[in-house]
Amino acid sequence: MTQNLEKLPADSFKRITIDSSQAEKISKPSLSFWQDAWLRIRKNKAAIVSMVILLLILIMALIGPYIGPHDAETQTITHSNLPPKVPGFEKLGILDGIGTLGGTEVDLYEMKKVDTYYWFGTDGLGRDMFARLWEGTQISLFIAFVAAAIDVLIGVLYGGISGYYGGRVDDIMQRIVEILYGIPNLVVVILMSLVMKPGITAIIIAITLTGWIGMSRIVRGQVLKYKNQEFVLAARTLGASNNRIIGKHLLPNILGVIIINTMFTIPGAIFFEAFLSFIGLGLQAPAASLGTLINDGYQLMQFQPHILLFPALVLSMLMIAFNLLGDGLRDALDPKMKD
Amino acid sequence: MAKYILKRVFYMFITLFLIATATFFLMKTLPGSPISSASKLNPTQLAAVEAKYGLDQPIPVQYGKYMANLAQGDLGNSYQFKGASVTDLILKRLGPSFLLGAQGLILGISIGILLGMIAALRQNTIWDYGSTFIAILGISIPSFVFASFLQYWIAVKWGVLPVALWNDGWKSSILPSIALAMGPLATGARFIRTEMIEVLSSDYITLAKSKGATGFEVAFKHAFRNALIPLVTVMGPLAAGLLTGSLVIEKIFAIPGIGEQFVKAIMVSDFSIIMGTTLFFSVFLVFVILLVDILYGIIDPRIRLSGGNS
Repeated sequence: MTQNLEKLPADSFKRITIDSSQAEKISKPSLSFWQDAWLRIRKNKAAIVSMVILLLILIMALIGPYIGPHDAETQTITHSNLPPKVPGFEKLGILDGIGTLGGTEVDLYEMKKVDTYYWFGTDGLGRDMFARLWEGTQISLFIAFVAAAIDVLIGVLYGGISGYYGGRVDDIMQRIVEILYGIPNLVVVILMSLVMKPGITAIIIAITLTGWIGMSRIVRGQVLKYKNQEFVLAARTLGASNNRIIGKHLLPNILGVIIINTMFTIPGAIFFEAFLSFIGLGLQAPAASLGTLINDGYQLMQFQPHILLFPALVLSMLMIAFNLLGDGLRDALDPKMKD
Repeated sequence: MAKYILKRVFYMFITLFLIATATFFLMKTLPGSPISSASKLNPTQLAAVEAKYGLDQPIPVQYGKYMANLAQGDLGNSYQFKGASVTDLILKRLGPSFLLGAQGLILGISIGILLGMIAALRQNTIWDYGSTFIAILGISIPSFVFASFLQYWIAVKWGVLPVALWNDGWKSSILPSIALAMGPLATGARFIRTEMIEVLSSDYITLAKSKGATGFEVAFKHAFRNALIPLVTVMGPLAAGLLTGSLVIEKIFAIPGIGEQFVKAIMVSDFSIIMGTTLFFSVFLVFVILLVDILYGIIDPRIRLSGGNS
């Protein structure tokens, strides 16, 4: 406070008037809901890493079966049960094709006179694990995505109709859900996969048969929350049709919740597929999914751990990445968390 | 409250009735005859055998009999084990499954609660990240993958614990219980963390602190007990998870429990065991969920169980 008042610039003493025309001006650029969500999820390192991992696995699932030197189906009995061997890595002492045989370590590639590389080794029938792994991943992801898509479609329609129309429609639809909800998911999945011919379709139907119920309950709750709010009333007063209110006003508001729930449906479906295949109700040989590969690998675990290792690793990474991404999206899209 | 319980019990019976009915008709559509040597018998013999098992009667009559038997707890006879009663087969194997489930649940929940509390009390520190990471692993890694690795490393490589089977007393139950505990551990840790953080920011905690309560007192006496109540709600999904896990884990460790019998029955298509066990699982799960809902209302009087809302 010992400043020399003389030295202060003269405009510090200029009178400021409130310009009422500027009062409503938005000083920061306005962000849409999605831009805002993106800004928040970008700060979440775990979610970003998960996204990258998922993208990598997805790309590998699509191109993996074709980039290796071998395809997934060819059975070369003389090349059976080979450990992984990758060019370049062999000098480092890992992935060098050395496996144990009767307790001692030997170069199985040399012993069996194999002059080619199997990046992830081979299984008991001499099939290339690298190609098989990515083919299995492809099938597992396909089942998961289709099952999740069907769950979302039925769940949103059912929950949306039930919540939006309310009254007697809602009553009847909710009584049905209440009864179905009581049936344990596990029981339905097992019963359905017993009755149907084993295969991809059977697994998808088994998973989706009760899978949509969770989504429908969430969507119904959200629709009930929003449909009586003022902006919907305003739209209705202005003469908006039901379709317009649902499409333009309700759906954008509940989209976030739908996306979050889907992110948790997908790993659930991946898990159920692997689970069914593991207890013998899933895909049948020679088809490969992560579940059947793990089951095959488990039988040979003691002698050929690599056959179990790679599918188990990919399955676990998929599950972790989807769960972390789901958590991240929930934090980013949930308006309650907005700071 | 009484009205709510009645309503829930009513719905439970409808659900179970539907499951039983669906099971019966699914069993009828399955290919193959329940009589294993049907092709070897001549028509008179076949008719005699069918008459013995009541298979010659019209479907509605069979259905009525089946439901009447079910009501008395009779799940039919196994095809595989010379007509042994499925109810007996299940009851005989209840012990190991129950022990594993109970051990897994108690172990998982207690460690989970501990991890969750540490994470909440030391929010955004290395402790928090560590326990959150463990929880994510527990939720994500399927129990059969985890169990395979436990078996490979601890039992096969190190030889510390029995690889499989049930003939080493309590030692045999350690690895399968740990494998089963991962699910409850992860769920417990995540749940308690969220609840504790919410409770810790509430007014009565601030009051307790300002009255001079120590950090330990606040954490355990005030926050923990209130954070614990909602944990009851996840018991239903947890029970379902344990059941799912028990199928694969009993298979992996060759435990003579219900799950292992079930998986074996799938391999040899013993439909009566499959259906019987499925019904048994349904009754168990539906009961647990009902119990949890009722319990929740009793423990926490703040919750109004008016029913009707989802």
